[in-house]
This record gives sequence, structure tokens and C-alpha cells, in this order.
Amino acid sequence: MKPAPFTYHAPTTVDAALAVLAEVGPQDGRVLAGGQSLLPTMAFRLARPAHLVDINGIAALSDMRNEAGELAIGACVRHAAFHRPVSDGPLGKLLSAVVRHIAHYPIRVRGTFCGSLAHADPASEWALVAATLGATVVARSRNGTRKIASDRYFKGPLMTDLKSDELLAEARLPLLPGDTRLGFYEFSRRAGDYAIAMSLATFRVRDGRIVEPRIGVGGAEGVPRRILAAEQALAGQTPTENAFGGAADAAAAAVDPMEDAQASAGYRRDLVRTVVHRALRQAAL
Amino acid sequence: MTAKSDLTLTVNGERHAIRVEPRRTLADALREDCGLTGTHLGCEHGVCGACTVLVDGEPVRSCLMFAVQAAGKDIRTVEGLAPRGSLHPLQQAFIDHHGLQCGFCTPGFLMLAAGVLAGQPDISDDELLDVLSSNLCRCTGYENIVKAVRAAADKMRPAR
Repeated sequence: MKPAPFTYHAPTTVDAALAVLAEVGPQDGRVLAGGQSLLPTMAFRLARPAHLVDINGIAALSDMRNEAGELAIGACVRHAAFHRPVSDGPLGKLLSAVVRHIAHYPIRVRGTFCGSLAHADPASEWALVAATLGATVVARSRNGTRKIASDRYFKGPLMTDLKSDELLAEARLPLLPGDTRLGFYEFSRRAGDYAIAMSLATFRVRDGRIVEPRIGVGGAEGVPRRILAAEQALAGQTPTENAFGGAADAAAAAVDPMEDAQASAGYRRDLVRTVVHRALRQAAL
Repeated sequence: MTAKSDLTLTVNGERHAIRVEPRRTLADALREDCGLTGTHLGCEHGVCGACTVLVDGEPVRSCLMFAVQAAGKDIRTVEGLAPRGSLHPLQQAFIDHHGLQCGFCTPGFLMLAAGVLAGQPDISDDELLDVLSSNLCRCTGYENIVKAVRAAADKMRPAR
């Protein structure tokens, strides 16, 4: 239960971090942010990185700001920063509701938003938020800056579009219009445990009809994603139990659920129906 | 460097000059290098919370942080909870409310509660339950831990 040896780097500027990553990234180097997923995997020796590039000493990466209609979240912003709403309006409210489902308090003190996106666990709440709202991931390397849309960023369980010499420097979430309705529902076996299935639903109501629906599902498939069939089932409907049930059925039919020791594919499919329905119900409140 | 490096940990206000590899966790450094065995190690992968200590006032799992990352920070462990010869209100409440049996998880629960109550003296029952769900106890069934922390919180709250 002790991590294997590694070489430790602690740059204090982003440029210095990118220089180190350019060198050690291709030699099995990894970025260390909060470490709340990386250290357990190192303790089990499932991960044995040759180099760790600790970015905790880079003050500029702890920035969070509203800019051009987006919330920009720096690489070292901790989960705990979202306990209280970080902005007026629906996005701040959404993030403070979701953060309570992420592990436990001491983990939220260390773990980071961007670290969750870099780790890309299928059961990551922040990854579901990023995929549903259409986040932009800002990846920096010595060769420049890439902006990656969330639908191109997540590649598979624990797999992303990030290259070995790139630092996930910032994630950007669109600020939501003031009348956006939001619902989030997660099913896990114990408080703070990994989601077996979860859903984030947002929509607006115009003249009594649902417009701009977004329905995201996480934890059920290898990658969190929007379920377009469910959104199509909902668009233009009145926000009623009947419409929500139809969208939930459409989501359950559209997913290709994972099977593991926790749950069978069939059970996960049933859960998808339930979590989508409950997220939509919550959004309608 | 994989080689050992010199660093200074400030634990309960006392400076400890130690020489460790980067892979040394803060928990192991506290126990093995600083000789402070009050911090307990249960699962060593961030699930049980027995190793919870305060770093710059916030509760963290010391098995999920490297010692080198804690250099220059204010570290508090259960040894520093009470001045010599007296008990912290949390410790007294754990005794009064039977908040422990074997005691293995107790240092972690005490530091978790101490850190959270310092920041949120008026914490609600629901929030307190959520916080205490962070750590595992296999003896008490948690009810008495919740009662103890609630009682200590009421006692610690500054009079107004």
C-alpha cells in the first residue's frame, strides 16, 4: 500500500510546468493536482508514474472568474470552492447542488474540478456537468493552447483527448440564462460513493413548452454524454409527468450500459430511466 | 528526485526536520519520521478517514497527500488538540456520549470534527451528518459519534 518511487517536480509557474511536462510527459510523467484519485491508484500500484509534476504551487491556477459569458475554472480550484454558489444565477446553484455528491468533505478540500475532468472516471459528477452543459477544456503545452469541446474531449473510461505533454489549465462552463430549470439526480449505494447512474437535466419553458432541453447521463456508460433521443422526446412538450416519463424511456432505450461487479447492464438501464425521470421532475419544481 | 530530500514539517506548532522520499505520504511521515503515532492509518487509500489531520485548518486525508506537499503548512494532529493535562471539548464529549469503543477511528473523527466546527460553528444537523459520513467506525454505529459532536459543537459555540 505504498506508492512506487517517482521523481518529483514542483514548478511554481505555468511556463515552468509546461517545460517540465514537455520533457517528462512522454516518459510516463503525470500531473499531480488534488491527487484524490491518483494517490489511491498509486497506493494500489495500479499507477506507477515515473514522474509527478505537482501544480499545487502555481498560484495562477487557483483562479476562478466569470468571463465572456463563461465561468473559467483554473486547474487548482478545489471541489470545496463550490460548496457555496460561485456565481449568481442557475450555474452557481447547480454546481453547489452537485458538489455534495462528490466523495466526502476532506476529499473535496483537496480534489479539483479540472483534475476530475483529466481523470475522466465514468462516474465523475463534474465530467457529467461538463458533457451536459458543453464545457470547453483549455489544454496548454509548450507548443501552444488548444480549446477542446467536451464532446470531443472524453474518449472512454479514464481516457481523454489530452496529450502527455499537455496541462489541463482551465475548464470553461457556459453561464446559464436566468430562467434555466435544473435537475440533478444520482444513485449510489452509500453516501459519497461512486454513481452507478446519474443524470443532469436542464431546459427552459417558452409559452408553456419546453425549449433547449439538455439531458446528460453519467456513470452508466464509459463516457458521460447528452442523450439526444431523450432531448428530442422532450423538446416542444409541456413540462408534465407524461413528457418526463417519455424522455426517461427514450434515454433508457438509447444507452449502452456498462456491466461490472456493482450492477448488470439491465439494472443500469432501469436506473437510467429512473435518474433521468427524477432529474427532470426536480427541474420542473 | 526519487532521492530523499530534507524538509521541515510544522506539526502542532513544532518544527520537525525530516529526510524522506517524495513518495512518503504525510501520514507515514507523521508516524514514522515525526514519531506522532496518534494519527492512525486504516485503509491507506482514502476511504476510511482514520488518518484525517488538519492542513492549514482544513481536514484532509493524510494518506492522500505526500509529506513534501505539506512542507511550510500548518499541520494539526490529535496530539495537538488539547493542552497538556486537559481535554478538548470534542474529546470530553466522545467520552461522555460513548463516541468510541476500540478508539482506532477516533483521532480521525476528532480532527474532522475540529476542522469543520472551526469553520462552521453553527453547522446544521443535516450538514453535520453529511460531514461525519466521511469517516468509518466499525464499533459505535455512528449514533453516539453524532451525539458527541453535536454536544461539543453546542459547548464550543462562542456565547453571544
